[in-house]
Amino acid sequence: MRYKTEQLQGFALVAPSILAVLIFVYGFIGWSMRVSLSQWKGLLPDYTWVGLQNYLNLFKDPRFHIDIRNTVIFTLLFVGGSLVLGLLLAILLDQGLRGEGFFRSLYMFPLAISFIVTGVVWRWLMNPAQGARLSGLNLIFDSLGLDFLISKWHTTPQWGIAFIAIPAIWQMSGYTMALYLGGLRAIPDSLREAARVDGASELQIYRRIIFPLLSPITLSAMIILGHISLKVFDLIIAVAGKQLPLDVPAIYMWTTTFDGNFYGRGAAIGILLLLSVAVLVVPYLRYNIKQEAEL
Amino acid sequence: MTLPRVRRRHWLYIPLVLMALFYVIPVYIMLITGFKSFAEVDLQTMWRLPQGIHFDNFRAAFSQLAPHLWNSVRLVVPAAILSSILGSLNGFVLARWKFPGADVIFPFLLFGMFIPYQSILIPLVQFMRSINLYGGVWGLVLTHVIYGIPITTLTFRNYYASVPKELIESARIDGATMMQTYRRILLPLSLPSFVVVLIWQFTAAWNDFLFAVVLSSPENWPITVALNNMAGSQIIAWNVQMAGAFIAAIPTLLVYIFLGRYFLRGLMAGALKG
Amino acid sequence: MRNKTLQLLLIGLLLALAACGGGETTAPEGAAAPPAATANQVEVFSWWTGGGEAAGLDAMIAVFKEKYPEITFVNAAVAGGAGTNARAVLATRLQAGDAPDSWQGHAGQELIGTYVAAGQLEPVNFLFEQNGWIEVMPETLIPLISQDGNIYSVPVNIHRANVMWYSPTILAENGIQPPQSMDEWFAAMDALQAGGMAAPLAMGEQWTALHLFETVLLASLGPDKYNDVWEGDLDWGSPEVKTALEAFAKVLTYTNSDAAALSWQDAAQLVVNGSSAFNVMGDWAEGYFREIGFEPNIGYGWVPTPGTGGTFQFLSDSFVLPVGAPHRDAAIAWLTVAGSREGQDAFNPVKGSIPARSDGDRALYGEYLLSAMDDWANDIVVGSLTHGVVANDSWKSEIDTAMGLFLINGNVDAFQQALVAACVASGPCQ
Repeated sequence: MRYKTEQLQGFALVAPSILAVLIFVYGFIGWSMRVSLSQWKGLLPDYTWVGLQNYLNLFKDPRFHIDIRNTVIFTLLFVGGSLVLGLLLAILLDQGLRGEGFFRSLYMFPLAISFIVTGVVWRWLMNPAQGARLSGLNLIFDSLGLDFLISKWHTTPQWGIAFIAIPAIWQMSGYTMALYLGGLRAIPDSLREAARVDGASELQIYRRIIFPLLSPITLSAMIILGHISLKVFDLIIAVAGKQLPLDVPAIYMWTTTFDGNFYGRGAAIGILLLLSVAVLVVPYLRYNIKQEAEL
Repeated sequence: MTLPRVRRRHWLYIPLVLMALFYVIPVYIMLITGFKSFAEVDLQTMWRLPQGIHFDNFRAAFSQLAPHLWNSVRLVVPAAILSSILGSLNGFVLARWKFPGADVIFPFLLFGMFIPYQSILIPLVQFMRSINLYGGVWGLVLTHVIYGIPITTLTFRNYYASVPKELIESARIDGATMMQTYRRILLPLSLPSFVVVLIWQFTAAWNDFLFAVVLSSPENWPITVALNNMAGSQIIAWNVQMAGAFIAAIPTLLVYIFLGRYFLRGLMAGALKG
Repeated sequence: MRNKTLQLLLIGLLLALAACGGGETTAPEGAAAPPAATANQVEVFSWWTGGGEAAGLDAMIAVFKEKYPEITFVNAAVAGGAGTNARAVLATRLQAGDAPDSWQGHAGQELIGTYVAAGQLEPVNFLFEQNGWIEVMPETLIPLISQDGNIYSVPVNIHRANVMWYSPTILAENGIQPPQSMDEWFAAMDALQAGGMAAPLAMGEQWTALHLFETVLLASLGPDKYNDVWEGDLDWGSPEVKTALEAFAKVLTYTNSDAAALSWQDAAQLVVNGSSAFNVMGDWAEGYFREIGFEPNIGYGWVPTPGTGGTFQFLSDSFVLPVGAPHRDAAIAWLTVAGSREGQDAFNPVKGSIPARSDGDRALYGEYLLSAMDDWANDIVVGSLTHGVVANDSWKSEIDTAMGLFLINGNVDAFQQALVAACVASGPCQ
């Protein structure tokens, strides 16, 4: 009897959140879906049903093809780069050096800054001018004699999007570093000691013991960073404005809805974006729940 | 821990310092540009130190941003606190006071974290207007609290999942009610998690632009909107913009400088692990 | 159960009290503010938040305050290049049925194609008649800001799009006369490239390419055919358009390779600091040149984009009267000031544009602006694409995408096909 009351209490505590999410997430997504299946173009809502026409048009849309390609490249580099850099920094900081606290805070402070500010500054750093008008990091490379590093950065044809990963990694690798540092600290020394006694090299210890133990962290960091990456908007606008070579779905969605008044198409892009995130996230959630059930 | 040999220790400082440069260079640009006069602002000379320190940029930026600084504070403090409390209560129930269906409710809530916010702007505005919260700070607070539910719940739930079930069980057997259990057992343990969530939500709400620009009226604009407005639409005064960007980043920077240690501890203790 | 609810309520209440102590200002409508404050105010939406624009707006607001001291002016400007953020905010507000009292928009199809089509603007013919504006605004302007005889906005200023800025020093050093035709232009740029200047024509990010395109389109087609393509009377798939596109492709070969990384100011700056000889940009660039310390005809010179002499490709910032404006009388007061001589003469010299009215006080305007005023009075007037006169938002956005793809792949045929499709989807073509 008391058990039932307790369960009810628990539910009641969570109920406001459930209601809020029901409206603000699922309700609004429902609206978005409805619009994506309509022909709404212009300021007046027009919910006339057109089935999957908007989606079909997107699949034939050369701009959307660019978007998808850019998203894939950016996501792989941003997530991969943040994980690798975060791990490297964590390993470095785990060596017990003096001044570790200072370096730690330094690597983490970009998290405090908004993507817009980051974008504005990196826009200058990644300036692609060549020759007499060298500027930004290219100028530094030139004065250091590192000419081979000079590039067109984000204006590189075809691959400019790869360079956008750099400010993104700059911003977010402090987060992965902190996660990995915690993970490294949680690994008992005895484990490492035992391996050393058995004759394993440091490299082998890292590869065989430490990295596998860090894999849950890698997984969850991948999910968090992955969904940020799929929705990226502010950073690219701040660095490059609204230009096609660096277009991504979130930007296309914004411009086509608010600049072009194509509400139907915009909503379809939004739903596709959502689905892409869901594909990433739902398996992870299911894995998580199974894990929990075992706890 | 095995003490590395002395030679190896010093070699390690090289990558650390190189990385430090990587992180610091953008801030250097931000600061020196903020101190330049408008005529000096030129891509060609961006690395050069300013000829003379022009505090006017900071003064001008501050006078434009000051009223909105207060709006940001009024928005961010309640939003961070409320969403932390909500996340904690939700996390508690979903991890250690489960009811049938709790394991379905959790992903149900979590999914909200992943939606692209641009796609729900219009119904959001319409809804806020219908409950008379459009234009004011409280509409924004509500928005941030609600869209913060997924990540705060996630953080606390994962954190509480590491609290041994036996602790809760024994409290219940002793006759503690739900809230008593929460207050006596979990709350005292929650500090690292609260710190992480508070800082994360504070930063997210402080740096948010999208919701702010769409949901608040001019007198209630937070600092992000005011900062963006400094950009002007045609002629951008980069020196004032950079000064303003720096000013806008100071509160969150201060939070990270002073509370960063605890944030790190919390992260390393397993909060925000996902 | 009660325990928990009480506790939660208590926490919530405490927080609410703490935050409210800061003096909450509430939303304009449905608020507990004193009646006088909400009854008589005018909330005006624009994207004029910095530099000369904001200063110009402030000057006009000062005139407004003098004439209507009892009305509070609420400046709801939102920045974001050429209004992209402002328009998003405006769209969400209009969807929610919460129109401001007036807003700034580019006169022409940007306003008509979007807001009039949605029935959100009131015609303001009565204002034009009451204040005698029809007599003082150019004939060619009025039809471009009307639909079916209804005038939908009050133009405050005029900017010119087809201006080419040049460096007098570079041209003098190379013995080049400011080019009047496209052939002269190409010859000049060839000579400059031969002399070692990699990019004689400075260009910036994508939208400036669109701006450059519309001037070249005008130069190649001439004003009549230019108007025809926008009205659906000349097929975008025609050979004339193809010639224009090829001319544009050739123009692009003279531009800087890092264009995508430059704002319009960065590009314009290349002319005054000696890196490039030419830059095609609207005449707001003139204000910028003066702001960074250069003087007309010394640090910079100007001609119409080669091939467009005698034609004034215009854009106009204007204010509108929304249907259902919360404070309609105050809005009308604002519009009256916006269309008045004092209002326009306060705004324009500061902003760096010329008044839409032809009776501006010439003493207030600098060298370039006076020459623009003369051209405005004498030239054939056509509308700008990039700045919202000749194409509605949807059409322009499709053209912009086509331009973006063209800048990537340089494929003239694909560009032309995309332009045809855009006109059919969102313009008057069949």
